[in-house]
Amino acid sequence: MTAAIELEGIDKSFGSVHAVRGVSLAIEKGAITGIVGENGAGKSTLMSILYGLYHADAGEIRIDGQPVRMESPHDAIARGIGMVHQHFMLIDSFTVLENVVLGAEGGPLLAKGLAAARGELARLSRDYGLTVDPDARIADLSVGEQQRVEILKVLFRGARILILDEPSAVLTPQETEQLFRILGTLKARGVTIVLITHKLREVMAATDRVYVMRQGRMVAERRTAETDPEELAELMVGRKVRFRLDKAPPHRGEVRLKAEHLGLVDRRGVRLLDDISLELRAGEIVGIAGVSGNGQTELLQVLAGIRPPSSGTLTVCGRVIDPLHPGDPAEMRDLGLAHVPEDRQRQGMVAAFRAAETSILGYHERQPFSHHGLLHGPAVGAHCATLMERFDVRPRVPGLRSSSFSGGNQQKLVLAREMAQEPKVLLVGQPTRGVDIGAIEFIHRELVKSRDAGCAVLVVSVELEEILSLADRILVMFGGRIVGEVEAGADERTLGMMMAGAKAA
Amino acid sequence: MDDPLALLFLTGAATLRVATPLILCAMGGLFSERSGIIDVGLEGKMLMAAFFAAAVAAVTHSAWWGVAAGIAAAEVLALLHGLACITYRGNQVVSGVAINIIAAGLTIVWGNAWFQRGGQTPALEGGERLLPLFFPRAGDNILVYVALVAVPLTWWIVTRTRFGLRLRAVGEMPLAVDTAGISVPWLRYRAVLICGLFTGLAGAYIAIAQNAGFSRDMTAGQGFIALAAVIFGKWRPFPALGACLMFGLLDAVAIRLQGVRMPGLGEVPVQLIQALPYLLTVFLLAGFIGRAVAPKAIGVPYEKEH
Amino acid sequence: MKAVRRPLPGPLPVWADIILLPLVNVALAFVTVGIIVRIIGVDPLHALELLVVGALGSPESIGYTLYYATNFIFTGLAVAVAFHAGLFNIGGEGQAYLGGLGCGLAILALDRYLPAWAMIPIAIATAALFGAAWAAVPAWLQAWRGSHIVITTIMFNFVAAALMVYLMVNVLIAPGSMTPQSRNFEPSSFLPAMHGTALNLSLALSLACCFAVWVFLWHTPWGYALRSMGHNPEAAVYAGTDLRRMTMLAMCISGALAGFVGVNELMGVHHRIVLDFPAGYGFAGIAVALMGRNHPLGIVLAALLFGALQQGGAELAFDIPTITREMVVVIQGLVILFSGALVQLPRPWLQALFSPRRPS
Repeated sequence: MTAAIELEGIDKSFGSVHAVRGVSLAIEKGAITGIVGENGAGKSTLMSILYGLYHADAGEIRIDGQPVRMESPHDAIARGIGMVHQHFMLIDSFTVLENVVLGAEGGPLLAKGLAAARGELARLSRDYGLTVDPDARIADLSVGEQQRVEILKVLFRGARILILDEPSAVLTPQETEQLFRILGTLKARGVTIVLITHKLREVMAATDRVYVMRQGRMVAERRTAETDPEELAELMVGRKVRFRLDKAPPHRGEVRLKAEHLGLVDRRGVRLLDDISLELRAGEIVGIAGVSGNGQTELLQVLAGIRPPSSGTLTVCGRVIDPLHPGDPAEMRDLGLAHVPEDRQRQGMVAAFRAAETSILGYHERQPFSHHGLLHGPAVGAHCATLMERFDVRPRVPGLRSSSFSGGNQQKLVLAREMAQEPKVLLVGQPTRGVDIGAIEFIHRELVKSRDAGCAVLVVSVELEEILSLADRILVMFGGRIVGEVEAGADERTLGMMMAGAKAA
Repeated sequence: MDDPLALLFLTGAATLRVATPLILCAMGGLFSERSGIIDVGLEGKMLMAAFFAAAVAAVTHSAWWGVAAGIAAAEVLALLHGLACITYRGNQVVSGVAINIIAAGLTIVWGNAWFQRGGQTPALEGGERLLPLFFPRAGDNILVYVALVAVPLTWWIVTRTRFGLRLRAVGEMPLAVDTAGISVPWLRYRAVLICGLFTGLAGAYIAIAQNAGFSRDMTAGQGFIALAAVIFGKWRPFPALGACLMFGLLDAVAIRLQGVRMPGLGEVPVQLIQALPYLLTVFLLAGFIGRAVAPKAIGVPYEKEH
Repeated sequence: MKAVRRPLPGPLPVWADIILLPLVNVALAFVTVGIIVRIIGVDPLHALELLVVGALGSPESIGYTLYYATNFIFTGLAVAVAFHAGLFNIGGEGQAYLGGLGCGLAILALDRYLPAWAMIPIAIATAALFGAAWAAVPAWLQAWRGSHIVITTIMFNFVAAALMVYLMVNVLIAPGSMTPQSRNFEPSSFLPAMHGTALNLSLALSLACCFAVWVFLWHTPWGYALRSMGHNPEAAVYAGTDLRRMTMLAMCISGALAGFVGVNELMGVHHRIVLDFPAGYGFAGIAVALMGRNHPLGIVLAALLFGALQQGGAELAFDIPTITREMVVVIQGLVILFSGALVQLPRPWLQALFSPRRPS
């Protein structure tokens, strides 16, 4: 094969974290190459080195056979490499045209450069099927459209090598299909594509060749046609992985949480939640599926008492909450509701606090942690130690800063904290985001254990696999509404269409 | 002389006289803040510039050397702020406060050491000052015109040039600018240096155009008022100009209130008149701002792993 | 301009981070001052000697040092409590002024009728109340209107000054007095003082406040909630904290602490209401808080240093006329700069010292 890019012996450490260890690979020209691995396997770091965002500590990069030094993204762009990041590098308040042109304005005065760019953008849109309005503000575009802008940015600068980092993380199954069709068009025109992902089905569907990374090392290379998801998963993790959890059928009890025609409208009048009605019973896991940005975050906020609803009622363990009688997180906790937030680092913990202090977040005013207005240090420490023991949080040091724990251990600590209160209702958002596979299985098993002990569990996740694995009942959200409800064992295709708003059950 | 036209003219002139340093400072603050660097130190830069402008003008007997010295002094402090905020990623508000305090102290220490007048510089005369150009009674020296030109110039730079586009981008999302291959620190340093230029002009104006020398703490909070004008103007040049003019008008009108008896209240206390600009600032920040949207990335040092 | 790539710093040992780094920052401030002093033609070492002797050379000077330190403890604690809540309280000057007004008014109203054991606590409480109230308005504006608290607290400093001048000249001035000051207080309001110096019982109050702040911040659920808000407001909301109420609480405590400067000045030294007694303590409090890493223990140490600076600086200005009292202000500003904004400056040097062969 002709290699567009060759990486040899790339090594990179961040302090004591050895992110990339002696990785070598070759990207075939004009083909789609996938790089798979778990979170933290090093694939994003590797590509960032290729793009010039980081400097490798050792190793060589060759483009078309020539060794090169990537000092900055400037060099990468100059050599025709373009990167579409997982988190878009788009400025919300700028228009599409302004975003595309940033860094390649074509002169100190904008007028001429913008006019030329407009023409070029129109040409690219035609040739590659990437239609988007150049004068639209990014904030007004859908996620799929924003991604198209990112791709246009890269093509505008003459990229012949495209690196996409987890591109389908924020897309519906239908939008993902559209994306891969676009990639196919690009490939047909001779563009080399590198796909970083952890979604094995997409790798199988879209790539020609796949590399597997694990813990910073390149552990395998396969022609996609010659492998399957099971083999890739095993290579990613190093052992056999079960995709679905074994669980007993649910024993449903009384209704613990009931939402009736909940609505939420924000300050600008945008309807975030529209006529949401659902019921949550003791002893069952209800999963809420949907692509992120369809109201799941807002639903969790309303159910947890963080935001009051604009209309409708919510009944939690007897307390009725409506716009005239709003609740608050503290009161919800008193009612027996626990909440594991979607973004644990931003909402679920204080990074600067020690683990012991994090272990009482939200419960700091309760006995035995507080007594007569004073915090009881030893009780807090003992509590944290118990949590760490039960949930295998490492290292078992309650005095360690929360930020020093790995993502998986942080999540386990937050989950332990909430579950230790033996709540009547447990709300969980994205339980395994940023968590490695070993901890995923543990967390899933604990959630099922909680369900079997009689807790009413609500799981919100963008990972369809996770919902299918955990939930006894599945609700699909799209555009702030619940567009479908199915029992466990539903067909993925149906769910995908509901998630895209194409079909209501 | 109560001819209404003349009254209007004089009020307008008085407004501009007071508003000029505010306008210049506001434009400087605007560049810095649009790039994502909070600048609470406008006051200190202006003060230091005022001192050096007056000191150098007195020693060299030339107003122009004074202006140059004022700009240079402000630029030194601007670079210091840039160093702390950009290179060392320190707390931007703390840096600004520190610069204000350092300037307040140093101007007196140096003033006393060099001129032995308890912190003042010698009174300036004639060519050592910037004198009115067309209307002697109105005090329209060249810096007033510079301030008025500065506003549309700022608008043009920010909205019509490549530098302006990148400036706005780096204040919204420095990561996007970085991944586009543009240097974030260099952009921000340029913004900070432009701020130094404008605050230098503002300080020079106060010391050698509006007044005839430097006296302690002569900026009296105008740097903060200028910052409030920027915020009130939602980080846009023309609305900020409007806010500055409003302050100028308030001051021009307030002078006339002195000694006047208000029905039911008695004589307006002079301290209330003195406190009016500060109260108005608070009122502006509280009343009409609503949801003024600051540049998204403001105040957050740009940090990336190497 | 190509970005300079530096290897990511490795961690410093804990003690170096907490003790050595701040000391180096302060040392840098002093070295800078030494250079400035040299520029105006004075020998820095000679100046330093005069400073130290002036601060600690006699029981009287030590007494004055401690009296100044008392004020720095109050304003340092005030700034620190606000910092822990994520708020920047620059209004210490105004809050101190109003605190003095508060205790002064209480005393002027009641000192002829109450014995000391009643008068003093009431006056102290009123000082706290007034200081808290002056901080409450900017706090409310920040919490409910989103007004930048840095600007509003500074504006309130100016307004406080104007207000006090108006009150002293027109309302509270002692009959027949030429200067704007109130009538003298009755002895029932006097705080016991050390003979020959300004040092008085407010020192004990300041130390009691240190202890109370320490307990509050790290050993009560409200302090826990306050700190969580300062680190991460979203997590605080998640944990059930009302951010607006907590902002008010933090600023009111902060204002009350700053108000105690009035207790020291008016009840311990001047024994009447006078103008300009806040004298820069509010701003210095920022330096003290930063240098003391926002911890009561550090604040006491930093306050002692600044007290020595203030007293020594006064003597220095007396002995060497070229150096005015404003030099102390410059030092304060430099300490704020090095301890608050250029904190990371010495880090590479210290790292080289501790881990010369870092694997990268």
